[in-house]
Amino acid sequence: MKRELRVDPTACSGHGLCAELLPELVTLDEWGYPIVARGPVPRSLDRHVRRAVTDCPALALKLLPTS
Amino acid sequence: MTYGTTVPYPSPFPGPQDSRPAGLGPARTGTEPPGADLPRLLPVHGAVPVDLRTHLSRYAAPPYFGHPGKLIPVLKAAGLTGRGGAAFPVHRKLQAVAEARTQPVVVGNGAEGEPASDKDKSLLWISPHLVLDGLQLAAEAVGSEAVALYVHRNARLQERLRAAVAERAAAGVDLAPVEIIDAPPRFLAGEESALASRISGQPAMPRFKPPRVFERGVVGRPTLVHNVETLAHMALIARYGPAWFRAAGTPEEPGSMLCTLHQADGRRDVVETELGTPLRDLLRLEGTQAVLSGGYHGAWVPAADAARMTLSNEDLKTAGAFVGAGVLVALPAGRCGIAETARVARYLALESAGQCGPCFNGLPRIAAALDEVASPRPDPRAVTDMIRWAGLVEGRGACHHPDGTTRFVRSALHVFREEIRNHSDGRCVDPAREPFLPLPADTALDATDWS
Amino acid sequence: MNGITQSTALWYASRATGVVSLLLLTGVVLLGVLVNRQGRLPGLPRFVVTGLHRNLSLLGVAFVAIHVITAVADPYVSIRIVAVVLPFASSYKPLWLGLGAISLDVVLALILTSLARARMSRRFWRSLHWLSYVAWVSALVHSLGSSNDLHSGVLLYLAIACALAVIAAVAWRIAHAGRQLPREERAAATLAMMSPRGGPQPPSTPRDGARRRAPENVR
Repeated sequence: MKRELRVDPTACSGHGLCAELLPELVTLDEWGYPIVARGPVPRSLDRHVRRAVTDCPALALKLLPTS
Repeated sequence: MTYGTTVPYPSPFPGPQDSRPAGLGPARTGTEPPGADLPRLLPVHGAVPVDLRTHLSRYAAPPYFGHPGKLIPVLKAAGLTGRGGAAFPVHRKLQAVAEARTQPVVVGNGAEGEPASDKDKSLLWISPHLVLDGLQLAAEAVGSEAVALYVHRNARLQERLRAAVAERAAAGVDLAPVEIIDAPPRFLAGEESALASRISGQPAMPRFKPPRVFERGVVGRPTLVHNVETLAHMALIARYGPAWFRAAGTPEEPGSMLCTLHQADGRRDVVETELGTPLRDLLRLEGTQAVLSGGYHGAWVPAADAARMTLSNEDLKTAGAFVGAGVLVALPAGRCGIAETARVARYLALESAGQCGPCFNGLPRIAAALDEVASPRPDPRAVTDMIRWAGLVEGRGACHHPDGTTRFVRSALHVFREEIRNHSDGRCVDPAREPFLPLPADTALDATDWS
Repeated sequence: MNGITQSTALWYASRATGVVSLLLLTGVVLLGVLVNRQGRLPGLPRFVVTGLHRNLSLLGVAFVAIHVITAVADPYVSIRIVAVVLPFASSYKPLWLGLGAISLDVVLALILTSLARARMSRRFWRSLHWLSYVAWVSALVHSLGSSNDLHSGVLLYLAIACALAVIAAVAWRIAHAGRQLPREERAAATLAMMSPRGGPQPPSTPRDGARRRAPENVR
């Protein structure tokens, strides 16, 4: 099942771990909030994606089925 | 604010004399369907509120189907789309909620947080029973017994609606009891998930999706949310059938709708008109430089283009605009479009719920940059900064507040580019800056303003 | 090794691992505050703070396990196994050991919920995680009461240092929470920071005049 990475912006407080752990898909804007690449997550990054989702202190990062 | 039933400027338009083409089923009530002529939602004779007795004598009782789901194919044939701004096909929402496993909740959305829009308040004041009929029919269609009407914070209006609901309950007209719920006077209060939050007992702030409210809304239950005008149309379609509804409007965008018109001379009216009506029949375009369509999340259209367009998404889309909830503003020539946009952008920034970093960081910066551009000899970086920030906020909020605001601002940068050049030279078409676009007097200052 | 030597070895092992557990738990609490405050360990990426917070807590549980097993196994004092998790169920020093049991129970709950935090509501996980302070205080008092080790010498200074560090961290966290703007005021505060020259000013009389500072993360 194809899944995409998304940020719940109401939960995100700009810790920035996701950009460190997953620079292939996440960059930070000028205010410290994540910009997440659109589209399905490549299989090769599965492990890093799962880690980023688990490690987010605000639990704001989510893996959701592509709509 | 006026509750006008003015026939559209400059003259009433003719409608087809025969209301029902053959082959699309008989009317479902004992009373004769009205012709396809307008008005349909608002009474013919002025802004006199319709009481229950008059309503029942004109329309008879709501034509309940006796079984959930039966209304849905009728609405599908009619092609009714939401009148709250998003224009989503109504039957699809009903279908999604009707299929839910748990008991759904049905809410009529009369929050009308858009300051430039009066049509929902007018409809609720003048024809509440059409809205309440639609609410009951929708509840029956999805098998719900939990029904609410979410109403803009106005004591007199809410009082009148409570009385109307009580009268209907006493007369046995309604299947399910209706709770009138107060909506805080915030721009975002009418957003679906903000509505669900508010009715669940929290502040009226939008939530992240998924899940959408039709899956998990009020207190986690599947929730059907419809604009009050949409419900009124439902009440009539259930009685007179899809063919009657389609006798007005265009094949792609059928039916009639309520519009809030702001004329260049300052007059403000609520009218009912067909989709596909030429804009020049609604707004007096002489002496107008630009038209704002779709409210403060809509877009500016130069008057010359607007003169060739009709009230339809097909036409308005070509200018990056849309019909939305029918707000049409004619900006007079001799006003500074940038200054007006800057005022509204500041309001929109302050109406941010403050939940999402990109929104509460980006929108105020965009508003400040617009203030700069509205000033004499503005810093040339203001426009480039604004465009960068617009790109940064789009799609990154929990709701469409950032997207709508940037749409509005981008259209202003395009339509009023001459005026921007003027400002660079130190000139302005209207140094006096008398405000034109309507905004509420007070702004939200703390948490109590969101509850 | 005869019985008494064996007992002494177990007793020393329990005390030693107890001290290490207290140090680790203190470290975990300090790192937890650092995560919440979005702070960094100098020169290290942010994920190290969260990673260390998690790994030290797991290491701490390992040391607590040895601490508890050696204490129970030691025949010199009789501590029933159930007293490890059931507070005040021990016949030997029930109060002090009970506090240790409380601390262990809470730590286990925190770790289990944290491992499964994606499966529960954010609010539930957060509310439970506040108990970490209860676990730390309980552990400290348990340490002070269960033996005289921390009453003198290096260990006394260590205990004082742990207490001061946690107090300072909590004070830092409370101070920040007091300064943080509620959501509803963030946009207005950003706008106030951006005051253009000569343009219309934002509303100048906030109801609560005290708070007119920038929201966090505004750069």
